[in-house]
Amino acid sequence: MRRSRPVAVALALALGAGALTACESGGGRRVTIYSGRTEELIAPLLERFAQESGISVDVRYGDSADLALLLNEEGDKSPADVFLSQSPGAMGYVDGSDLLRELPDEILDQIDARFRAGDGDWVGVSGRVRVLVYNREKVDLGTLPDSVFDLTQGRYRGKVGIAPTNASFIDFVTAMREIEGDERTLAWLEGLKANDAQEYANNIAIVEAVGRGEIDLGLVNHYYNEQAKAEDPGIASENFVFPNGDIGAVILVTAAGVLRTSARTDEAEQLVDFLLSKEAQEYFAEQTFEYPLAAGVEPTVEDLPPLADIAGPSVELSSLGNELAKTRELIQQAGFEA
Amino acid sequence: MTVVALDRVAIGPTAPPRAPVGLAVAGLAIGAGFAAPFVYLLVRNLDGVTGFLDVVASREVTEPLWRTLWLAVSVTIACAVVGTTMAWLVTRTDVPGRRFFAAAAALPLVLPSFVAALALVSAFAHGGLLEELLGFDTGLRIEGYWAAFTVLTLISYPYVYLPVAARLVALPRSLEESARALGRRPAAVFRTVVLPQIAGSVLAGSLLVFLYAVSEFGAVALLRYDTLTRRIYSARLLDPSAALAMSLLLGAVALIVVATERGITKRRRRVEAAVTGGRPLRARLGPWRVPAFLFAATIVGLGLLAPVAVLARWAVRGLMGGRNVLGRTSDVGSLVEPTVNTALLAVTAAVVAVVVVLPVAFLTSRYRSRTGGVANAFVVGGFALPGLVIALALVSWTLRSPVLEVFYQTLPLLVFAYVVHFGAQAMRAAQVAVDGVPQRLRDAAQALGAGRARRVRTVELPIMMPSLAAGGGLVLLSVMKELPATLLLAPIGVDTLAMQIWGAAEEGFFAQAGLAALVLVGLSGVLTWLLTIRRMERLS
Repeated sequence: MRRSRPVAVALALALGAGALTACESGGGRRVTIYSGRTEELIAPLLERFAQESGISVDVRYGDSADLALLLNEEGDKSPADVFLSQSPGAMGYVDGSDLLRELPDEILDQIDARFRAGDGDWVGVSGRVRVLVYNREKVDLGTLPDSVFDLTQGRYRGKVGIAPTNASFIDFVTAMREIEGDERTLAWLEGLKANDAQEYANNIAIVEAVGRGEIDLGLVNHYYNEQAKAEDPGIASENFVFPNGDIGAVILVTAAGVLRTSARTDEAEQLVDFLLSKEAQEYFAEQTFEYPLAAGVEPTVEDLPPLADIAGPSVELSSLGNELAKTRELIQQAGFEA
Repeated sequence: MTVVALDRVAIGPTAPPRAPVGLAVAGLAIGAGFAAPFVYLLVRNLDGVTGFLDVVASREVTEPLWRTLWLAVSVTIACAVVGTTMAWLVTRTDVPGRRFFAAAAALPLVLPSFVAALALVSAFAHGGLLEELLGFDTGLRIEGYWAAFTVLTLISYPYVYLPVAARLVALPRSLEESARALGRRPAAVFRTVVLPQIAGSVLAGSLLVFLYAVSEFGAVALLRYDTLTRRIYSARLLDPSAALAMSLLLGAVALIVVATERGITKRRRRVEAAVTGGRPLRARLGPWRVPAFLFAATIVGLGLLAPVAVLARWAVRGLMGGRNVLGRTSDVGSLVEPTVNTALLAVTAAVVAVVVVLPVAFLTSRYRSRTGGVANAFVVGGFALPGLVIALALVSWTLRSPVLEVFYQTLPLLVFAYVVHFGAQAMRAAQVAVDGVPQRLRDAAQALGAGRARRVRTVELPIMMPSLAAGGGLVLLSVMKELPATLLLAPIGVDTLAMQIWGAAEEGFFAQAGLAALVLVGLSGVLTWLLTIRRMERLS
């Protein structure tokens, strides 16, 4: 799939004739994907697609938000056919800029309406659930709260870590606004601030801090602790999923969409279709410890509840992109640096 | 006494001449290229001028702006002191281990700031490596102003260190010998003879530190110091027009600072001296050898060895069988191609940057040229813009021009982006280099009938080489760790070490991130020594 192109050769060619590297080599079928999911996690799956379909895959990796801005800047000149966003917010931004084309029903029908755009422009391909990560040496599992709203109680004062600028936290708060309303969301955020919630840059920093015992609890995606434990089995952090469909356990999807400007929609749709296939969904379940969202595949991580028990979002996910600014406003209004 | 005499010799009585037309045209073209990101920001902000004013005047912006300036100014002062001291110790004293320090002191610059910050947290925070070694709780929480100040100082003092060291090795020993013969102590010789001659280099490096600190994102975000650049990043998708307005403000601040610095440099009386060659004079530190050694060891220890220890710990955990979620272990083989790519891109960009800025350096240092001044502002100011802004600006310009479109996502465009982003580092070194060529030598060469090209090649370039090598070395190290522009502009399939480190760290694969970062440090050590340190030492 990824053609390896030694820079030396390319530099020699390209510096001389500029355009050379822009030319497509070979006439086979190919597809270009901008991937907000990193190479380590998605490349093996894309390789399988390339082998099975005979379509070569060119991938640009980057941060989902940066790639969304890039797509917006490229406009109708974009070389991308497919956008894979690790954050529904970044996908919503691209959709809001009217850069996506509607997916065919054969693709949309494969996935629960909860996990795709209302306008049919993109689908979720896998999900990560929001959890409370806790330090098992400092906190007893039995004493953990039933709802994310309880974290504003005095007994959690100064003990909870959040990442107010991180895309996954923003997406989570946006979902909370959709379901619980702005007023309750703001009150919760203000409660967290008054309760001296500790701010971190991202999910990984929170998991590390909980693992080291710097804080007792943190709000993150479940994936990061799975990875932390794989790399360092001795780490003291554990995932806890809020029960009873609490909004604190909302699912955030990794989403795929086809660009409106793509000249290779057949190949692009074939790739999106593949990401929803049993083979790909099993890969997400078994290899990246995520929630599969299609093809009837079940999650494999022991402590994750079934998909049916997870809260919403029963909302128009595609509106997320437009709601992000308002979410940031509320987070700032509560006194956090966002 | 000596210095007064020197001044009288050095300062020409006549005002600088007008620039040759060819050089002025070249300066104009170069300045236009470097102005691209600024013009992009201006155009994108034109959509809502009132919006821009609202954003810029809001507390959401003014408070982070003051924090940014406070951080940048304090880091700059610290780096000026640390960088100059290190440079003086390794080039002019008998501090133990000075050859090791000479190379190692440049390397902290290659650490991506988020890696340095992560490593510092892992090493010193509550529950970290230090506590494991000590066996008790330090209770440290590594965050906020002091953490950001420490990390930025440790990774950016080489901006001062390299140019000052380059200047120090090129200085003649005769003046210092005279001063010493007159009975001055080493400290007094440094203050009265050496310092006036390296002040230009110190100022040049300090400006780079300031601009870097202003644009830095990775470390301040992780260490939670809320600067303007951090705001730009957090708003980039959620409120793009606010992000654009804040970026333009950042660019304006940079241009003002650059213009101010240039005003100071122009007014400062230029002290130049004949190059006599020979080994630079080394001060005997005597009883100060131990404290001097401890100082150098502390800086290099904290800036380089501590992060490397943390990276090694991650890497070893991976190599000893630790796995990521995919069940895969660390993979050294996958780093070979990114390593080759990183080296070639960095060397190419460094050479191109030095060549491209030289005409502007000549314009600003030798001639009375408004073009030169404006071009200089854009070249140097570009360093303060976030890499993401520069990348998006070049995307916009390239795709909107039928001529340039073919270069989109090719290596020449990527190299161009590096040059636009980091040209400032070569620029300031090149100006110091051009300033360092004594008028008398040029006059002599001219009197002997050498044409301009020949004078530059045979007389000036050899004298300028240490400074140019230092400037190129800074660009080299910066390109090696560059991420946002590389991610957006590299041809698909071209992978660098910084991309590998980011990709792995983003998903929490610290073993692989640590390994890739160690390779980056090793590679930068080899390249810096080969291309910069050795060239700087050649004169001595």
